[in-house]
Amino acid sequence: MTTNKRGFAQTLWDFFCSLKLSIVLLILLAATSIIGTIIPQSPPKEYLVTISEAKFKFYNAMGFFDMYHSWWFILLLYLLTVNLVACSIKRLPRVWKIVSEPTLVMDDGMEKTLSLTHEFKMPKDAASVREKLTAFLAKEFSAPVITEVDGAWHLFSQKTPWCRLGVYVVHLSIIIIFIGALIGSFFGYKAYVNIVEGTSTSTVHSARNEKPIDLGFSVRCDKFSVSFYDTGAPKEFKSLLTIIDNGQPVPGLTSRPTIVNDPLTYKGITFYQSSYGPASEGSNSYLTVRPRKGGEPVKLVVRQGEKTSLPGGGTLEVLESTQEVRNFIPEFSGPAAKVEVTPPNGRPYSFLVFKNYPNLDEQRGGDLIFTYEGSDEKYFTGLQVAHDPGVWVVWSGCILMVVGIMMAFFMSHKRIWVRVANGRIVMGGTASKNPAGFQLAFDALVEKLKQQL
Amino acid sequence: MSSSMLFNITTLSYMVSMLIFFVFLGSKNKTVGLAGSLTAYFGLIVQTAAILLRWKESYDMGHGHAPLSNLYESVVFFSWTIILIYAIIEFKYRYRVIGAFVVPFALLGMAWAQLGLNSGIEPLVPALQSNWLLYHVITCFLGYAAFAVACGISIMYLIKERKEDNAATTPAGGIVAMFPSIKVLDDLNYRAIMIGFPLLTLGIVTGAAWANYAWGTYWSWDPKETWSLIVWFIYAAFLHARITRGWVGRRAAILSVVGFAATIFCYLGVNLFLSGLHSYGKSPM
Ligand code: HEM
Repeated sequence: MTTNKRGFAQTLWDFFCSLKLSIVLLILLAATSIIGTIIPQSPPKEYLVTISEAKFKFYNAMGFFDMYHSWWFILLLYLLTVNLVACSIKRLPRVWKIVSEPTLVMDDGMEKTLSLTHEFKMPKDAASVREKLTAFLAKEFSAPVITEVDGAWHLFSQKTPWCRLGVYVVHLSIIIIFIGALIGSFFGYKAYVNIVEGTSTSTVHSARNEKPIDLGFSVRCDKFSVSFYDTGAPKEFKSLLTIIDNGQPVPGLTSRPTIVNDPLTYKGITFYQSSYGPASEGSNSYLTVRPRKGGEPVKLVVRQGEKTSLPGGGTLEVLESTQEVRNFIPEFSGPAAKVEVTPPNGRPYSFLVFKNYPNLDEQRGGDLIFTYEGSDEKYFTGLQVAHDPGVWVVWSGCILMVVGIMMAFFMSHKRIWVRVANGRIVMGGTASKNPAGFQLAFDALVEKLKQQL
Repeated sequence: MSSSMLFNITTLSYMVSMLIFFVFLGSKNKTVGLAGSLTAYFGLIVQTAAILLRWKESYDMGHGHAPLSNLYESVVFFSWTIILIYAIIEFKYRYRVIGAFVVPFALLGMAWAQLGLNSGIEPLVPALQSNWLLYHVITCFLGYAAFAVACGISIMYLIKERKEDNAATTPAGGIVAMFPSIKVLDDLNYRAIMIGFPLLTLGIVTGAAWANYAWGTYWSWDPKETWSLIVWFIYAAFLHARITRGWVGRRAAILSVVGFAATIFCYLGVNLFLSGLHSYGKSPM
């Protein structure tokens, strides 16, 4: 029974220590990740109605609509982690031993396993050979450790032994990144909020479940603006935000411009410029109307969605208005409105009026000439709100990963042994990476040493 | 002289270089091989000048930014990085014949950019107005280019291995005899990926850092992000394949080709086939 149990545990352990498992897991992760790039994640209703019932049921059961959080995808990530930890536990002690307890003595058996060796003639003054060799290695390679065994002298020098740990640094960094992501998902949140110009709020809405989240301070939007390039493409979306904590505006965060690529952070909570739109609740438009035949201009104040009577009969309604018409008609700029005029006994007709082109309406040829003075319509700014205490853990992991990859790929543990025994001097060397490069360095060392002995 | 004229000269150089390399494969004449490389390097220098000139031209137009902001500019930059990585590998390892399998990728990019893409210089939309754009795009594309070189080498590997399998009956001759041995090709493939993998890793990290800075999430499983991770998984599998018995050689070469196919999909396919899924302001390329 016990042997059976141990047998099972052993099998499981071997399974998780296998590099083949790593390759299979990595390929599986790559292949399954494709699904979520083809099937929309958290899809809108418009998409759902286009697929068949059976397809919907299957996708839903497999978690394809939130694939990267489905149980089987998370399971793959956990398997990868266990695989990583098991492999490291199995191999790290051996590597650690190479780093911390280097083999100081090159015996005959070891000499045969080294691909780079060279034998030197013993010079006449054999007594000073050891000092010469020590000084030579210290100068040209690195300071040697000297060991005496049965009258034979052994010198050992090495460079960057710790770079052998690079692989483990990479693997550790992956686990650190996972931990950072978990911290973020347990203790952080993503939310959004729309704030109308001139108003403030202290609650935001969770992006996951719409639940309100209290910030503990409030954010006021003083102003929102959009600017454009000559081509009509948007140049900048900007909100002026003020943080109000304990009823007081926070110094430095008063009317602070917040633009795309330059967010505002306060108490670990960051606000990102994300969208904008007109605040639809009743705004007033200001127009002036004068009869073509001549006469006093009359100022009109028109509430959005309400009819206002015109001098001489008839009514006017503002159908739509915008602070920047360029979004719709690239040739024009500035505020504009679409108005509808209903003559006393005629059919309604609609047309556009522009603030920046006050004389344009004369060309329309109507009996009444309108000029548009703009509206007090306000924008709302749409902000994304994020609080992620795990993000620094993730960045540390990323930095560690890059450092680890550099150690693993571009650094090499180089070792050189010299044995002085029985009238022979034998030098041997090995490197953990780039054997061709090390061979050149080794040959150069041999040449130099020949001249000095 | 305008940048677009220089780009035309670049395209022409890569075309001539490729043709010379094909002659080299047929003739095995060392001087021809040298001419192929030199023509490619001439193209690289002209292209460098053209990219810098285009950069300056954007300032002259009043909305200066690095020429990395739209598909045309990125394809041009991709071609440039491919020849650059080829130059580095050629200088270090002296296997000229690889050019015959790498220069065509650069030519394809330049020809497509010059003939099929809108080359107008446009101002940057708000989402791209960040220094992160520069770091992110440069690291990603250098990584992609190294994978392109690795893919060319892996194709050589697969051709050569196939020929050598048949060599029992017919002696391996012809063009394939020019190739480095499959052991060397396997090693070069690994070395190219050793350049590409850290760069892709940096590319993904800078992308995540930028996304976090601009949108508040370092990772949102957007199709582009996900595909870059897919590419990363494939090359991570490659690195482990190299140290696992039974996965060395042929399977590693296939992984390298699959990896580059995924890279190209990540770069172009996502925008062409999956772009409908991108969210607001989130289409850096
Ligand atoms: C299932 C998870 C993984 C396991 C079990 C695993 C295991 C291993 C092992 C045993 C080695 C060889 C170490 C040696 O040479 O002594 C290795 C190398 C390496 N691993 Fe992993 N690994 C895993 C995932 C990853 C991932 C996701 C990456 C991504 C960066 C990675 C990056 C590396 C690198 C860069 C090397 C060095 C390869 C080389 O020197 O050519 N590993 N891994």
